[in-house]
Amino acid sequence: MNAAYAIVDHAYDVIVVGAGGAGLRATLGLAEAGLSTACITKVFPTRSHTVAAQGGISAALGNMGDDDWRYHMYDTVKGSDWLGDQDAIEYMCKEAPAAVIELEHYGVPFSRTAEGTIYQRAFGGMTTEYGKGTAQRTCAAADRTGHAILHTLYQQSLRHEAQFFIEYFALDLIMDEDGACRGVMAWCLEDGTLHRFSAALTILATGGYGRCYLSCTSAHTCTGDGNGMVLRAGLPLQDMEFVQFHPTGVYGAGVLITEGVRGEGGYLVNGEGERFMERYAPSAKDLASRDVVSRSMTIEIREGRGAGKAKDHILLKLDHLDPDVIAARLPGISESARIFAGVDVTREPVPVLPTVHYNMGGIPTNHHGEVVVPQEGDPDTVVPGLMASGEAACVSVHGANRLGSNSLLDLVVFGRAAALRAASLVTPGGKREGLPPGAGEATLERFDRLRHADGGTPTARLREMMQRTMQNDAAVFRTESSLQEGCRRMAEVFAGFSDIQVSDRSLVWNTDLMETWELDNMLRQAVVTIVCAEHRKESRGAHAREDYTERDDENWMKHTVAWLDDDGQHRIDYRPVHLDTLTDEVENIPPQSRVY
Amino acid sequence: MAKFRLPRNSRVRVGKAHPVPQGVSRRTRFKIYRHDPDSGDGPRLDTYEVDRDTCGEMVLDALITIKNEMDSTLVFRRSCREGVCGSCAMNIDGVNTLACTKPLDDISGDVRVYPLPHMRVIRDLVTDVSHVYGQLASVKPWLRSQSAAPEAKERLQSPDEREKLDGLYECILCFCCQTACPSYWWNGETFPGPAVLLQAYRWVADSRDEAGDERIAELDGADELFRCRTIVNCTNACPKGLNPARAIAEAKKRAAQSLRRPMD
Repeated sequence: MNAAYAIVDHAYDVIVVGAGGAGLRATLGLAEAGLSTACITKVFPTRSHTVAAQGGISAALGNMGDDDWRYHMYDTVKGSDWLGDQDAIEYMCKEAPAAVIELEHYGVPFSRTAEGTIYQRAFGGMTTEYGKGTAQRTCAAADRTGHAILHTLYQQSLRHEAQFFIEYFALDLIMDEDGACRGVMAWCLEDGTLHRFSAALTILATGGYGRCYLSCTSAHTCTGDGNGMVLRAGLPLQDMEFVQFHPTGVYGAGVLITEGVRGEGGYLVNGEGERFMERYAPSAKDLASRDVVSRSMTIEIREGRGAGKAKDHILLKLDHLDPDVIAARLPGISESARIFAGVDVTREPVPVLPTVHYNMGGIPTNHHGEVVVPQEGDPDTVVPGLMASGEAACVSVHGANRLGSNSLLDLVVFGRAAALRAASLVTPGGKREGLPPGAGEATLERFDRLRHADGGTPTARLREMMQRTMQNDAAVFRTESSLQEGCRRMAEVFAGFSDIQVSDRSLVWNTDLMETWELDNMLRQAVVTIVCAEHRKESRGAHAREDYTERDDENWMKHTVAWLDDDGQHRIDYRPVHLDTLTDEVENIPPQSRVY
Repeated sequence: MAKFRLPRNSRVRVGKAHPVPQGVSRRTRFKIYRHDPDSGDGPRLDTYEVDRDTCGEMVLDALITIKNEMDSTLVFRRSCREGVCGSCAMNIDGVNTLACTKPLDDISGDVRVYPLPHMRVIRDLVTDVSHVYGQLASVKPWLRSQSAAPEAKERLQSPDEREKLDGLYECILCFCCQTACPSYWWNGETFPGPAVLLQAYRWVADSRDEAGDERIAELDGADELFRCRTIVNCTNACPKGLNPARAIAEAKKRAAQSLRRPMD
């Protein structure tokens, strides 16, 4: 072990990495179950990106009209373009009402109906009676639902005296020679000490990797660190080609304007003032699912009907809505539009563009949250000691396209499920095997090497090259030539990491080094994303190929699973989509053409 | 007249200058507080000249431009860049605010950037806020109720009752208010401060919470609630437009009423 670094050892029953919605819900459940739990997070919990979720959390409560979790399940399967696993989707939609009621009991300040129940709004792709009507299913706390939920979950973890390691940056998984996860290595930003956590179970809840792109709604901290750790540990990621573009990011700044605006009656117009969504989705119009709306907007701009001098964006109109409704239901985006677009939403439209927002892909898991890999003919081999939850995970409930407000639901349902599974697998204070020999040494060696890296390419420059490549070549629409060009360029950028330059040598709050580690994580994910996009020869959900315009269920109704080695060489395999339901309380939903 | 000098490690020296390359037409000078704990030296003020046409619109954009292009050792917290996570709170142009929502156009002359005042500086613009987090936990900021929640149903709350939480629940824990409060500067060890009192009052105001009197009793006291001297720096500082001073005033009113009660 490198003697220059102080190493602190810890042992817990369970470790959670990440303290957003999924990480906190898992931590809370573990603390309740009496398991000794460490939650390691690179930011203070309420600074996690869940805080930025606006529109709401879906659940068929039926507060605003008839609803059924089976309708919700149908919508989610259809939204996923039949790439979602129906057993997991059944579980999520069935658990949703209880999950939201639990949040309310925890104290989430939901908006209310006149009857005093939780207020629910319409959202894209959410229907009643299997596509016939419009559902009001998305439970909202004004347009700050993520903030309300995240703060409440943090408050509950204070109540349960959960143990946090705040501003500790997780570096690597500790794997043993049998392929089991035995803990993580982490770095305390404040004093530069390195920490070796051993545990019976490690739950990754590290979120998405929006920052691989130049323009995204994601926070600067959304670098997919858990995904990066998984790839470095020799494990695969799943369905990484599916990147969601949110239709309404503020033009220029990229900050999010909730779909809830359209749920409350707002709509999109092109440069000619036309409500163009009526042409693309005659029935659902502006409330079609996000991939459909983002593609329609892109086509409008491409065909010369964009708004503004350069005809390069679309307008989101809500000035026809009652100002009292805007004040009560959409105060947050009114503020964002004023600050970032200089727009008073009660008088003018907001200039918007499809903006990278969410990663459907991630660490493959079953519906308990256990990480699975295809191995020796078994597509669902569990990786012992490792679980994943939230945006980092690919359960897969979102398939090829996530419906708005299903993400907050995913966090709490599968954060809870992970805690329940952990409680059934781990005995509190039980006997531990301890760490394998040499645990963390490779990480330490890499840490030291990067800290003293004196190449010719500063981290920020290489990061921008990656972001530009992904933005250009793995966009809303994709073609073979641009994807191949993108693969070639990403391979170059990936190789460029060997020439990385870190200028800060300090061990105290060295964000230069932290951003470099994050860049390593992102480069791996960016490569996997673009090679999988090149590989999948069909259009499905958010993956829209101009050279393969149709969904091809015969050849491609399967999850892509991809490994990447340290030299940037990838390997692709597949897992079947689970078309069977979990129970006989609902029938499975066979593939149909997807029209909104 | 006696002359006082600040202790050595509070005196800010003139630091390094990073000029912008030639040929830039619109430039803005940043003066940024730097503290490198490894150096053993005191803090310094570094100067960076930034190209206004490429550095973005907000102070945070410019700080990121400086870090990316001029000096990667500059350290600050940031995350959401849209004013909801509370990471990038700092003192800009003499006022505590969020760097991500502070437009450069709102500042005339040099842009002076300091850490949140009266906090221990860990490095550059990063301060130690762990004491405030501890104070937050000490007011038990979670729903407390004796009666069991209804089975498989939400607790009911009318829209009017819910409206009482507006202006309270939106707090992002950036601590701009906390570190703008003179009472907190002088008595921060014992005084919970405006951010924490706002969090406590948020639950007093919640119709679902049943521990209002208990909460007020816990806050009541010369070192707690009444250490607030109604200076109202908190409300002026809040980048989210919230009014902690009013929440504290309401809590004081409740405390006064509960004092009177035995004599009724």
